[in-house]
Amino acid sequence: MELFENTAEQAFRNEVRRFVDTKLPADLRDKVMNFVRYEKEDFQRWHRIIAARGWAGPNWPKEYGGAGWNAIQRKIFDEECFLGFAPRLIPHVNMICPVLQRYGTQEQKKRFLHRIWPLEDWWCQGYSEPGAGSDLASLKTRAERKGDRYIVNGQKIWTTWAHWADWMFCLARTRFEGRPQAGISFLLIDMKSPGVTVRPIISLDGVHDLNEVFLDNVEVPLENLVGAEHEGWTVAKFLLGHERTDLAGVGVAKRFMRFAKQLTRTVRKHDPLMRHRLATLEIDLLAHEWTVMRVLSSDEAGRDPGPAASTLKISSTELQQDIAELMMEGAGPCAVPYVDAARERGWAGSLPRDKVTNAASANFLDWRKVTIFGGTTEVQKNIVAKSVLGL
Amino acid sequence: MDFSFTEEQRMLADTVGRYIDQEYTFEARKQTLKHPRESFEQHWTQFAELGLLGVNIPQEYGGLGGEAVESLIVMEAFGRGLVVEPYLATAIGATTLIRQAGSDVQKEAMLTAIIAGNLRIALALHEPDRRYDLSPQSTTASPDGNGFVLNGTKTVVLGGNAEQLILAACTGDKSDDESGVTLFCVPCNAAGFEIEEFPNLDGQRSAEIRLRAVHVPADAVLGEVGKGYPVLERVVDRIVAALCAEAVGAMVRLFEMTIQYLKTRKQFGQPLGSLQALQHRAVELLTLVERSRSMALFAASRANNADPAERRRAVSAAKAFIGRASRRLVKEAIQMHGGIGMTEEMSVSHYARRLLCIDLTLGDAAYHTTRFADNSADAD
Repeated sequence: MELFENTAEQAFRNEVRRFVDTKLPADLRDKVMNFVRYEKEDFQRWHRIIAARGWAGPNWPKEYGGAGWNAIQRKIFDEECFLGFAPRLIPHVNMICPVLQRYGTQEQKKRFLHRIWPLEDWWCQGYSEPGAGSDLASLKTRAERKGDRYIVNGQKIWTTWAHWADWMFCLARTRFEGRPQAGISFLLIDMKSPGVTVRPIISLDGVHDLNEVFLDNVEVPLENLVGAEHEGWTVAKFLLGHERTDLAGVGVAKRFMRFAKQLTRTVRKHDPLMRHRLATLEIDLLAHEWTVMRVLSSDEAGRDPGPAASTLKISSTELQQDIAELMMEGAGPCAVPYVDAARERGWAGSLPRDKVTNAASANFLDWRKVTIFGGTTEVQKNIVAKSVLGL
Repeated sequence: MDFSFTEEQRMLADTVGRYIDQEYTFEARKQTLKHPRESFEQHWTQFAELGLLGVNIPQEYGGLGGEAVESLIVMEAFGRGLVVEPYLATAIGATTLIRQAGSDVQKEAMLTAIIAGNLRIALALHEPDRRYDLSPQSTTASPDGNGFVLNGTKTVVLGGNAEQLILAACTGDKSDDESGVTLFCVPCNAAGFEIEEFPNLDGQRSAEIRLRAVHVPADAVLGEVGKGYPVLERVVDRIVAALCAEAVGAMVRLFEMTIQYLKTRKQFGQPLGSLQALQHRAVELLTLVERSRSMALFAASRANNADPAERRRAVSAAKAFIGRASRRLVKEAIQMHGGIGMTEEMSVSHYARRLLCIDLTLGDAAYHTTRFADNSADAD
């Protein structure tokens, strides 16, 4: 048992920290530190800087040009990037890449893989539909085979960054009888295809990340099927279960904690309750972090990580929301004024306080999303109750 | 980072685990509570035979030479079995203190006696109306010839009645000056030593102690005169880390029992566990139990840390988290068991009692949350 970072891990942490310190462009860091919204180009720049360092795909094996890091290294990388105020890495990259690596044809791999990490192709996820949220298998988008192509009809919703996307990986129904899970196929759809319409959804904090995507007689070549026809559910499940470090969210929680300390600094001096709440959340963060490390270390050693692994998303998202809440309360009355334009690049107007304070309450609202996407907390609990506790 | 046990640690876990599961059953424990004296001697002898009393004693004195992780292994199993004997005070608290502060003569005499099962030492860590403050105020030690005269009162003594007692007394000018604290080891049959034992809620024992002009020789001092406080605090952190491990053992067992009950108890023609209202709460409890386990390891890994602030932060974080988590588990376990959870007969209430007492021992969740903040550089 060795419960300290070893010399190699410390050296790796220092190396990543130095990299973020020196290579992250100041304007990007400045945006992150001030809750200014990122643009597509911001993400692309940062992804390409990481690629130039030879670290593309922290989670991928070396044979696919990945960094070949182990689980602890990936956790360290995630954490140092968040603490260094780097833009987040685009999660879709870690969805579509492992899928293509595992299920893609040689042609698909050759065509797509090398363009994914540098975000030369921007990918979006076509899963949810108006009638299929948590109950994903009830999706209704249909793909009917006609000669050498599928004709796809249906509607996707909550599609993050569809308005920036070149490609969508999409679940569509190819068979209409039998169990709902059994007739789904995993398709790659070119977003420039005729019949694809993207309509924005503005979130409760004023942001445009989400979209509706309408698919009207969209023609998709048969070669864009991933895995076997009707077996897209297997591919989708593989994708969801792929990456733990993303779900673990230690980096983002630590970044939020920094903001929480910054925003509560004044009030803590004379309010012992606020000081106590901050300490309580720091303790919760430690408890989560050590559980993540316990799981990752088991993963790495090839041991069964036990039931803790399946609870990480539940604990992590609740923790992030609690910290976001404390940030807002730390800002107190100053979280009432909200200048949405201050979140945009190049804005130079006046604010009652700083930009972090300005964003604190909107961020609280924005962060409600984490217990909804990627399987709501309630669905997660249903799954854990059944599969882990046997209830 | 590596969370796996070494071969030796696995063997220790097997030994103590087997003992708890096969010998220290809930039925056997009931007998212990009925006939404390006889069972106590019997169990203590078994601890000695299994080598458990020497787990935290250096090999040169015949022990296993274990550190906080080895204590964690034993205490987690003891938590699972709700062991009522005062192992913590003697085999973890006193041994750590003697290792850190004792002279060679003291180590030789006391550690070998502890391993053999012939010496039990209680720890007097609290004074009336001082809550969890370890710094003595009313207990004083005045020089007297070659030794000292002790006066004062100690409350909620850890380990109850024993052969000897370790206590902190003021030897400085100011009664609350941390630099004027000295540690003593006093035989409980000394003249002027009054001890009254009380049962605890959880079946363990504590004691109230009054010292009226108790004369002790100079070699009753553990460590250096006036420099006892940092040693005491360090040892208490080690005890708290062990309590965290014990709590995890008890929590895991209580949680398992509760899940089992949800699966088997039927009402309205279906198992309770098929109800989503209970399923979701059960999963929340699972997340608390798992995180508590992580925190007990965190505390053990930092309990000997050279940097006192980091040590205090880790131990207090663990105790605070586990205090909160176990309180929630206790409430839910009783609620989910319904009427049967309210009975003396069912083990649920016994786990509940021990977990409540662990939280209230050496700093509850609120106390340790504050201590955590006090030791965070950027808390203010």
